[in-house]
Amino acid sequence: MAAVLTRDIVKTFGTMTAVNGITLTVPDGEFMVLLGPSGCGKTTFLRIICGLEQQTSGDLIIDGNIVNEMPPRARGVAMMFQSYGLYPHYTVRNNIAFPLRTQRVSRAEIERKVEWSSRLLGIEHLLARRPRQLSGGERQRVALARALVREPTALLLDEPLSNLDAKLRASARQEIKQFQQRVGTTTIYVTHDQVEAMGMGDRIAVIDHGQIRQVGTPAEIYDDPADRFVATFVGAPPMNLLARNGAFLGFRPENFVPRDMIDDGAVTEFSFRVDRSEYLGSERIVYGVIDGFDAQVITAKLPPAHVAEDSIRPGEWHSFAVRNSALRYFDQVGKRATRH
Amino acid sequence: MVDIAEPVATRQPSRFRFILDRREVLGGLFVAPAILYVLLLVGAPFLLAVYYSISAYTIYDPSWRFVGLSNFRQIIQNPVFLGTLGNTFLFTFASQLLGLILGKFGALLLLRPFPGRKIVRAVIILPWAVPIALASVAWEWMFDSLYSVINWTMIALGIIDRSEAPNWLGNPHLAMLCVIVVNAWRFFPFAIVVFLAGITSVPQDVIDAATVDGAGFWRRNYQIILPMIMPIVAVGLIFGIVFTFTDLSIVYLLTNGGPINATSVLGFQGFQVGIVSGDVSHGAAISLFMLPVLFFVVIGMLRFIRRREI
Repeated sequence: MAAVLTRDIVKTFGTMTAVNGITLTVPDGEFMVLLGPSGCGKTTFLRIICGLEQQTSGDLIIDGNIVNEMPPRARGVAMMFQSYGLYPHYTVRNNIAFPLRTQRVSRAEIERKVEWSSRLLGIEHLLARRPRQLSGGERQRVALARALVREPTALLLDEPLSNLDAKLRASARQEIKQFQQRVGTTTIYVTHDQVEAMGMGDRIAVIDHGQIRQVGTPAEIYDDPADRFVATFVGAPPMNLLARNGAFLGFRPENFVPRDMIDDGAVTEFSFRVDRSEYLGSERIVYGVIDGFDAQVITAKLPPAHVAEDSIRPGEWHSFAVRNSALRYFDQVGKRATRH
Repeated sequence: MVDIAEPVATRQPSRFRFILDRREVLGGLFVAPAILYVLLLVGAPFLLAVYYSISAYTIYDPSWRFVGLSNFRQIIQNPVFLGTLGNTFLFTFASQLLGLILGKFGALLLLRPFPGRKIVRAVIILPWAVPIALASVAWEWMFDSLYSVINWTMIALGIIDRSEAPNWLGNPHLAMLCVIVVNAWRFFPFAIVVFLAGITSVPQDVIDAATVDGAGFWRRNYQIILPMIMPIVAVGLIFGIVFTFTDLSIVYLLTNGGPINATSVLGFQGFQVGIVSGDVSHGAAISLFMLPVLFFVVIGMLRFIRRREI
């Protein structure tokens, strides 16, 4: 286990810049999630950390050592790939043993470690099988066992849940998180799924166009987005943004409620015309426009228990409000501003 | 008032109207020429050869007298034939091994990007595409006892003295080496293609995983990539073995089986005895000797592929 530091990492492919100066500190034992849209450079950044790509410039420091020039095998990091990258011609036992065999660990020690990591992930009964005889969830566990078996300095996970179905994904999310807390390995987890990021990360680094937009705990990212990109990328539906005088006023859909639902504190009122509403069981999403901002679709997330369907019908005008404490301001370039 | 439709007179469509839409008919139709071709040009001559081999047929005495297995018994007792059998195995397996090694390294080199790679990839196919008769003439000159360019180069570089320049096609061991090298040279572009197809089919994630797991170049190649592409390589190898085992062109053109039968192989000897000397029944017996050998080689390799299937 070790801390992973990067200093101004840049990676260009020809004229294309994939990673544009990322400086990030992942303390020992932290679960850090790199969150960003497809093609934002997060996977490239991960491949630089494990040594599969060489950065164009910048320093990579693992456990206090600069490892820029070190080959992957000398870095001691383990990586789990999106499609797992299991060796199809080996049994599960040999798959897990492979990272140890490359380090010339003694036979008895390999046996012991394989035993240990397979028990940790509950796959002892699969050791004699081949990858093609496993289900998606089992493959994922085998890949995780293989990554952990040599007790890596850091564990890198590249969208490990994207090949699982929705139900399995929820349980696997929980398992990986619990598992990481138990083993305490420094973990860097790449995903484009904000639910995974919010649910698993100790901290989240939001990346766009090869740059970090914000690093913070899930609550910080959600409640205090550093700029318009983070505000609209995280949260479903995304934060509402009202453009006024070149600057932006933002508020989350769940904070935008009928005026009479807020009975204390300072509020900002809006006249809201309902266009359409969706009932989603635990919530009702209402789409409409605010008087004076006709071009923008505004969403409100309402608790169905409090708001009956026939009380907000399409075409009607209602008085909605946001608590002033829930309002966020962004300046012309989209950076967070304190107040107007 | 309610109108009830009159029942329409149904007309039975001809049974043969959609006959070509039936899979089994159309499939059979498409396969028929190939099957016919094989039956007429491979099956019939093969059966004829089987009969020749158990008869006393020669071109001087074209009787169909049945003699049982005595032809086989006679050729097995012939030391020249036993030498030929050994030569065939040596020639086949040594040239395949050499070809595979060259193919593997060639494929690895051609996988890396470098300027002119496409041209090199096209040119490397040449040994395979050039008619073997032409290529053999070129090789014959390179191995010539007087004008060998190989000897000339080695003498010029000071590696050997003019007096001890090897007589490539005159020395039994060197002659064998020569036919092996020429056959490997002819086979290796095919091996490159097979290896290229195999290596590019290995998922990048698996190779990356092996790299991160600590495998260096050799371990990646021999513990991950090679076992994964083994089924593809084995199919290529079956082709190579079958074609080499039955081939006589290189030996015929380069050494004519000599010196003193040192490079004689089964196909060549079968041709010499059966066609050139006119002893058809013994020639057929020699040629048929390849059959069980090839049969077991192919069965063995197919079983190996099945076992390795992943």
